[in-house]
Amino acid sequence: MSEFRHFTFNFGPQHPSAHGVLRLILETSGETIEHIDPHIGLLHRATEKLAESKPYSQNIGYMDRLDYCSMMCNEHAYVLALEALLNLDVPTRAQYIRVMFAEITRILNHLMWLGAHALDIGAMSVFLYAFREREDLIDCYEAVSGARMHATYFRPGGVYRDLPDSMPNHESSCWHNEKETASLNRARDGSLLDFVWDFTERFPALIDEYETLLTDNRIWKQRTVDVGIVTAERAIALGFSGPMLRGSGVAWDLRKKRPYDVYNELDFKIPIGTNGDCYDRYLVRVEEMRQSTAIVRQCVTWLKQNQGPVRSDDAKVVPPKREKMKTSMEAQIHHFKLKTEGYSIPPGEVYVGTEHPKGEFGISLISDGANKPYRLKIRAASFAHLGALNEMCQGHMLADLAAILSSIDVVFGEVDR
Amino acid sequence: MSSESALHHTLTDLLSGRVDAIHQDSDMVSIDVSAQNLLEVTQQLRDEPSLRFDNLIELFGVDYLDYGRSYWRTHEATTGGFDRGVAESDKGEQVIPWDKPRFAVTYIVRSICHNFIVRLRVYLAMDPPIVPSVVGIWPLANWFEREAFDLFGIIFDGHPDLRRILTDYGFIGHPFRKDFPLIGHVELRYDAQSKRCVYEPVSIKPRVLVPKVIRGDNRYLQEKTNAHQQEVSDE
Repeated sequence: MSEFRHFTFNFGPQHPSAHGVLRLILETSGETIEHIDPHIGLLHRATEKLAESKPYSQNIGYMDRLDYCSMMCNEHAYVLALEALLNLDVPTRAQYIRVMFAEITRILNHLMWLGAHALDIGAMSVFLYAFREREDLIDCYEAVSGARMHATYFRPGGVYRDLPDSMPNHESSCWHNEKETASLNRARDGSLLDFVWDFTERFPALIDEYETLLTDNRIWKQRTVDVGIVTAERAIALGFSGPMLRGSGVAWDLRKKRPYDVYNELDFKIPIGTNGDCYDRYLVRVEEMRQSTAIVRQCVTWLKQNQGPVRSDDAKVVPPKREKMKTSMEAQIHHFKLKTEGYSIPPGEVYVGTEHPKGEFGISLISDGANKPYRLKIRAASFAHLGALNEMCQGHMLADLAAILSSIDVVFGEVDR
Repeated sequence: MSSESALHHTLTDLLSGRVDAIHQDSDMVSIDVSAQNLLEVTQQLRDEPSLRFDNLIELFGVDYLDYGRSYWRTHEATTGGFDRGVAESDKGEQVIPWDKPRFAVTYIVRSICHNFIVRLRVYLAMDPPIVPSVVGIWPLANWFEREAFDLFGIIFDGHPDLRRILTDYGFIGHPFRKDFPLIGHVELRYDAQSKRCVYEPVSIKPRVLVPKVIRGDNRYLQEKTNAHQQEVSDE
């Protein structure tokens, strides 16, 4: 037996459970963690500095790439900040579309998290189930924006375009025969809204499937119950938000407390935990998927009954329609100015916080009256959560590190910016 | 927004004398405070039972060096057009005046139990700018202050572990300052002969694809302020 009990060693940046590029300097006593020093920034792209050199609308694309698991939710905060400074009114239909896609994105993000979290702890199959459902939702992204991940669909004043009347169908190939293709195309005869509605019909039973695999699973509970406990007071002091804060038992949700878009017209509940451990955070996120499904259903119902414009009619900010541009002199001038120079935003400072799947995602925007942001600061929830990793892990075994780290739900595109 | 104005009154009553200004911005109440009074004010914001600002949500630095500078005038015809390679001497035209210090640190704090939100701003004149650290008041500030130090070179006095956080090991300079070029100073490549990565001065000329312009209502606003100043000096 060696006398040495203290170890200092390196974890990552290329470790499968580092969720990207996280490097940790671990100090342990035997297998017990004494101190963690996270080294971040390996994915730092200076998004905020790049944004200072681009016109406002070109920066929407950068937002997708921050937290690349919840693309439209990032855009949501950014366009809300622009609209706040521009005093721009958004048509109700556009607000409903945005909320619907924000909630679809929440389900996408939580599915990704659930699969990866289970994989880190050692449960392989949940990942495969979760990706089966993600495929359908990613198809919705594709149908509406043309891109499967980086949508750039939310625009100041509304959304890029109205929802499509048809869903693209799969074609049979050497990988999928006629029968398989027919089952893939089962719900794709109608519009996008019909497809989303069909998904919300199926999805609660699928969540039950995941829960059958995990919620009462003995190994799952051994790995997550009482691991990484954060009390409610400590969670507030550490600046936690989103499911991390609610897992500790604080009923705080910006969609309820400071509603944006049409959240105040929708009916949903805020799930909270009791212990603030990894298991509670798991339960909170699973329940959030159910609540998001309920919100999506309310949005689909409303959108089916109500038609209307999906972009503001402010010609100084919103580019004209293609047909109009070809016939109207004024529209062509607007198009030229908006595509070459962009629009200027009155001087001012604004902070917009949104309830992102990972926590509070905030955009601080300072404008000096130019066509580019003077300073754009992105408040990433996982950045704050990761800062508390040392405190959460102290005294735990090395194997718990993977469980705690993935229960935070970190994505480095957002942490490093 | 009656709760906002109530908060404004409460803050004015509690903090008057120790803060420079309290004003209602379009989104929330903003407090300007000097670096000397920062710790006292933040402590009171956190501990006062009627405020309880216990949840710091944002802390960031701002560099106001280029504030209000426009790089393109279009109301005068030029023979050469706009040169898209921005020369170092090109400082632009100051369209909106800036008379406050160059650096600022902004704190956005939330009260979970009262559902309040407030913005605190500290302007810092000296270089390097120094401000007391609020880690003792809001533990979350630790990483946010490291980030502001890394990107802007703002020194947080009393911070337990003020290291770089986002930039590379051995990075030189503070990249988010406005006088730091977007393209950086050095580029990294693998050198096959010495079999290691080497840093070299950047070989790319910085280019601006869309010039920064300030126009529209803001310009008229500027003319108004000029006219106003004219009247004041006439008197």
